[in-house]
Amino acid sequence: MATTEATPSIPQNQTTRLWLKSGDPWIWLIGGGLSISLIMVVGLLTLIAVRGFGHFWPSELIETTANVNGQTTTILGAIADSETLPAVRMREAGMAIPEDQVLATRYLFELGNRDVTGRDFVWFAESDLGAWRYPVDAIMLERREWGNFFGYAVALEYEGRTVEGEALWQTLQLAIDRANDLYDQVQAIEKGEIGRINTGLERLRLQQRRLEFDGVSGAALAEAEADMAAQRAELDAQFIDIQGERNQVLEQLQRDTLVARTADGEQVRIPLGNIVMASQNNALGLGGKIGFYVQRIHGFLTGFPREANTEGGIFPAIFGTVTMVLIMSVLVTPFGVLAAIYLREYAKQGPVLKAIRVSVYNLAGVPSIVFGVFGLGFFVYLLGGSIDNLFFPERLPAPTFGTPGLFWASLTLALLTLPVVIVSTEEGLARIPRTIREGSLALGATKWETLWKVVVPLSAPAMMTGLILAVARAAGEVAPLMLVGVVKLAPSLPIDGEFPYVHLERKIMHLGFHIYDVGFQSPNVEAARPLVYATALTLVLLILILNLTAIAIRNRLREKYRAQGD
Amino acid sequence: MNDSNTAPTGGSAIAPGVFGDNRQSLDIESEKVRIDVRNLDLYYGNDQALKNINMKIPDNRVTAFIGPSGCGKSTLLRCFNRMNDLIDSCRIEGEILIDGQNVYDKAVDVAEHRRRVGMVFQKPNPFPKSIFENVAYGLRLQGVNDKRRLTEVVEGALRSAALWNEVKDRLDDNAFGLSGGQQQRLVIARAIAIEPEVILLDEPCSALDPISTAKVEELIAELKHDYTILIVTHNMQQAARVSDFTAYMYLGELVEFDDTAKLFTNPQQKETEDYITGRYG
Repeated sequence: MATTEATPSIPQNQTTRLWLKSGDPWIWLIGGGLSISLIMVVGLLTLIAVRGFGHFWPSELIETTANVNGQTTTILGAIADSETLPAVRMREAGMAIPEDQVLATRYLFELGNRDVTGRDFVWFAESDLGAWRYPVDAIMLERREWGNFFGYAVALEYEGRTVEGEALWQTLQLAIDRANDLYDQVQAIEKGEIGRINTGLERLRLQQRRLEFDGVSGAALAEAEADMAAQRAELDAQFIDIQGERNQVLEQLQRDTLVARTADGEQVRIPLGNIVMASQNNALGLGGKIGFYVQRIHGFLTGFPREANTEGGIFPAIFGTVTMVLIMSVLVTPFGVLAAIYLREYAKQGPVLKAIRVSVYNLAGVPSIVFGVFGLGFFVYLLGGSIDNLFFPERLPAPTFGTPGLFWASLTLALLTLPVVIVSTEEGLARIPRTIREGSLALGATKWETLWKVVVPLSAPAMMTGLILAVARAAGEVAPLMLVGVVKLAPSLPIDGEFPYVHLERKIMHLGFHIYDVGFQSPNVEAARPLVYATALTLVLLILILNLTAIAIRNRLREKYRAQGD
Repeated sequence: MNDSNTAPTGGSAIAPGVFGDNRQSLDIESEKVRIDVRNLDLYYGNDQALKNINMKIPDNRVTAFIGPSGCGKSTLLRCFNRMNDLIDSCRIEGEILIDGQNVYDKAVDVAEHRRRVGMVFQKPNPFPKSIFENVAYGLRLQGVNDKRRLTEVVEGALRSAALWNEVKDRLDDNAFGLSGGQQQRLVIARAIAIEPEVILLDEPCSALDPISTAKVEELIAELKHDYTILIVTHNMQQAARVSDFTAYMYLGELVEFDDTAKLFTNPQQKETEDYITGRYG
């Protein structure tokens, strides 16, 4: 028996051996490893991209009847989601599914009209729904309050007269454009002029306190107080003027009203000041849909958030993220580069240096929240508190730097990314050929001159590599930022027209934290979910742009310092 | 051909013609001494790399160091401008006197000393700067920033290095854009721009093609009128072509040091003869 089996098994063995020897299985193994990694990354990016980009595409408005608790109502809305489940589970959830069905489909309708019905997202079982119609004259309104409105336009009260019929839609668009202009004016007045006056008044209050602090008395005090009183009166007068102007614009804004009808016949009056945009989704051609899409994306990227961040744009978060990363780069580069130069070039090699180096490398593995706690305790409370005591005593007890803010967030991230920059720079320095250093030394340069004039410029690309890695890590970090300066909603941007233009002490918004906030802290989960994807997509693209910029700079440096054989 | 040379002994690898026309036999004892090496020992940790070197290197001549790999000739060369200081484990005993001054004296400023003793390395090592700035580097280190003075010196150095005609229209281009041979001549120009007294060449042609090598050799012949030149080479033909005196080193010891033609044609030591006739090893 053994012989009969052994005879054919010899070539068999040999083929296997040859196959193993050829390396094919290992190539398949490593190729497979790469494919799995790629599939995961590409899958993740595709999911984010599809969900993120898809959110802004105009969805079809469906009108149908729904049978809920024995009552039939007409509904109008867009499908937000759908799922097919075992009928048993749907029955358990309280939906009436016919006995003969094993599987049942249900749809999540976005019905909008939160001001009328109170619920803007509702699940309906397919069996409860009537025939679907796509009415051409159905409209979707994006509003500043109460979310979207779905329904039909009945009439428009425009310039004191009522517009109906054919001209209604055209006139509505005109009225919306006008209302948006006026709304922007109101915003500009409130943020610009009134903001300026408030800053002025605050400055006067601080001057007053400063006087008390410095113990000024007698004639000097009286003179200063008189001067301040005059300034205050001046500002108050300006305020009354501007307020009048603002009220006038607001009145203009309230002039027009749209009368609309919901799908089940209820009449609603919507002031145009509340409407951001209106569209008849079902009537849009491809061009119209693309226009709508671009407009919504533009609004998302450049707008300010509304309704507890579940609507509107994410501009402050983009702005905050970019500003923070840039300040972080400015902070981390000099520190990291100098530390690396000392470590590599001057420090005496030995056990102490080895210990320091291992500690630096290990800093990269410390959980980022620990950096957040450190930043809060050391930077914010200790450093910031001391700065307040020394330079802004008149503002106390209200803290200036002794509270989380942009600068501390950037500094904490700089600390977090320091090891990356140090390691890359050290590697870059180590890669500079010894012959180049010797060439410089042989011409009578000291070690410092050699470093400064030859070695550091040559290792600039390596420093950029460190910075690229640092930026990628910093832009995506969330946990420590929650402690040291990032908030759900910042009242103003960290850079504006007010002196000193860059406000390092201000709190900022951040895309990473925005994702967390919108996704998990939002009162309206259904409305917020697409925004999570869209925000995540924006963050990924932003990091990509920052990295590409840095890589472009690095390539230019490499080109400049290209050595032979490099 | 010069007849004053001793007739070649059988088996010499060097044909008599290579020593060049009009070559006079030189007497090493009657030369003016520029560098005096006395009892030089050099250790890397516990390994002795140079053993009791004694030699008097003549002024305004080309002195070649030959010998098999690892014999210590590059190490010896790097002693003259204290490049070995960069190696932590390196320890030196003995003296090297240049014009009577011991270069290992504590009072010597190393950077200042290296300005007097220039060096060109095996691989061209231009800096990541323009051609002009490469040559001007040494002067800028000395604080010379006057544009006219720099232009003059750079042009002079590039002319001396026989590179001026090739690069005069692109002085602001990056030096890495030059060919290997041009880079090596640029590095030589860079070294002579600061007017050293001695130039050390550490296998300057080993990375170059034959045409570039020929150019660098011509250049060495030109430069010896103004400088004392020390050259380490693996190429015995080259040593024969360019040098006036040749030192043969083996295992850290100076075996023989004499007039080049004499050393190649009539070596006094058996080891030297074995090496130059290719019977080494």
